[in-house]
Amino acid sequence: MLSDLIKIFSEDKVKEKKFYFEILIDKINLFSSVKKLKDNKKLLFDQLIDITAIDYPTKSSRFEVVYIFLSMVYNKRVILKAYLEEEEEIESITSVFKSANWFERECFDLFGIKFNNHPDLRKILTDYNFEGYPLRKDFPLTGHTEVRYDDLEKKVVYEPVKLAQEYRNFDYLSPWEGISNTLEGDDKAKKNDDEG
Amino acid sequence: MKEIEVNSTTINFGPQHPAAHGVLRLVVELDGEVVERAEPHIGLLHRGTEKLIEYKTYLQAVPYFDRLDYVSPMCQEHAFALATENLLNIEVPERAKYIRVIFAEITRILNHLLNVPAYAADIGAVTPFLWCFEEREKLLEFHEAVSGARFHAAYFRPGGVHQDMPEGMEDRLYKHINTLPKFVDDLEDLLTNNRILRQRSVDIGIISKSEAIEWGCTGPVLRSAGVAWDLRRSQPYDAYDKVNFDVPIGKKGDCFDRYLVRIEEIRQSISIIKQCINQIKPGEIAINDNKITPPKRKQMKKSMESLIHHFKLFTEGYRVPNGETYFAVEAPKGEFGVFLVSDGSSKPYRCKIRAPGFAHLQALDFLSRGHLMADIAAILGSLDIVFGEVDR
Repeated sequence: MLSDLIKIFSEDKVKEKKFYFEILIDKINLFSSVKKLKDNKKLLFDQLIDITAIDYPTKSSRFEVVYIFLSMVYNKRVILKAYLEEEEEIESITSVFKSANWFERECFDLFGIKFNNHPDLRKILTDYNFEGYPLRKDFPLTGHTEVRYDDLEKKVVYEPVKLAQEYRNFDYLSPWEGISNTLEGDDKAKKNDDEG
Repeated sequence: MKEIEVNSTTINFGPQHPAAHGVLRLVVELDGEVVERAEPHIGLLHRGTEKLIEYKTYLQAVPYFDRLDYVSPMCQEHAFALATENLLNIEVPERAKYIRVIFAEITRILNHLLNVPAYAADIGAVTPFLWCFEEREKLLEFHEAVSGARFHAAYFRPGGVHQDMPEGMEDRLYKHINTLPKFVDDLEDLLTNNRILRQRSVDIGIISKSEAIEWGCTGPVLRSAGVAWDLRRSQPYDAYDKVNFDVPIGKKGDCFDRYLVRIEEIRQSISIIKQCINQIKPGEIAINDNKITPPKRKQMKKSMESLIHHFKLFTEGYRVPNGETYFAVEAPKGEFGVFLVSDGSSKPYRCKIRAPGFAHLQALDFLSRGHLMADIAAILGSLDIVFGEVDR
């Protein structure tokens, strides 16, 4: 299987991991790569398990879009990865895999990644008038709005989040780690190190 | 003669509807009573589990998995535990593997004992519901015995399981499991040859092999279409390679086949649990590494280092090396997978949850087209949808 994958994609793009193969692809080649994975007689990755993304706000290409495929005939999994910049769009694969429809909608809803030629790219999991992309790292955990039932208006109202108590996010990572034991300008330090 | 134009009617099915199995809003377009289009609106139970997990340590993330598909909690913890262990590159002791398989199978029986009668109730039979709930309570006592909770167990943890089974539980479980086949027979007497159940489920919601694969169906839905695919068999994890079991498959892929596959899976699970109880030996239930699993109470009373380990584990948590992994288990509803990304800290950088119900619900539109409105309830019930996992 590995050699077949290398034949189609280049050697430095295919990695063998413990339970699956990982292939890095250019986003322009996504559509053709997916088609090859599905139709090649030696691969037959005919089931799309999931589509998701990872957000790395500090990297130049912010999003990694992840496609997980399964080949039942050969009992193998493969993960395709494409890199995207923030405003870039990627081709939809709904015409190859029908199940991609909702997976791509979910990705669009939670990360704001746009899929070209998707038949029905709408929000799916968040509220009807929700704004923002919650799984991006710069979206706060508490969100921006909260809802409550208003007794006077007799309906549910949306309000900006008011926290009665500040959200507590403790940093448990030890502050001592990664700092060397020596003090700046401490002449004895070197000597002590030698002794003990 | 005057021509009459028939307009299609659009109606809302749910979000509050007893047959919607939770909070599904289904916008159905009807031509008379025939479904032209059924569009699910989901997300009414969206709690942002994936986002929350990014802010919790690996241990604190475990209980969130109970609350996804709340009918089969332990199987989902299983996927998370195995994915984390894979990143940590550790292997749990033999006894923990067996305990996990035993409880994953109890969970499977619990799940099917809810789905089968709920499906039957959707299409007109009430008695099985009452029967199965009694049986479920008896099994839930075993959940309670090991974890202290009936549903939200948080029992399978990265590195093993939380506690050993209480003394004598293996015998009690074995005894109880032996009463189950009789119960399944009784249940089948009520349902399998029931005329109403057959009329309402045979040839309803047919999905072929290739369509099931194309739509991302897994688990009983895929198997009912005739694909012999079970992750416990094809990619065995924990102790599944040491037990024998059959993978039931259907012929047609209709609602009735899905019901039959589930009934047979209950029987297979009973046999797996029996084999496990026969094979299980005393031993450790979690890896012996206090950097990952907490030290025993007794040690903490004596050893300073244990106390420090305990404190560090429950505040900072353990750090997981940089990396990515995808691990899937055969949950009662299908392939439940966890795609986990670690940045080397004690909290997951990204945790994507692949819920089987999400893909199944997507196929609902395809399955229900051309059927009657009343068949939607049957199809929905036979897909085994639980909104905890669909909406996450």
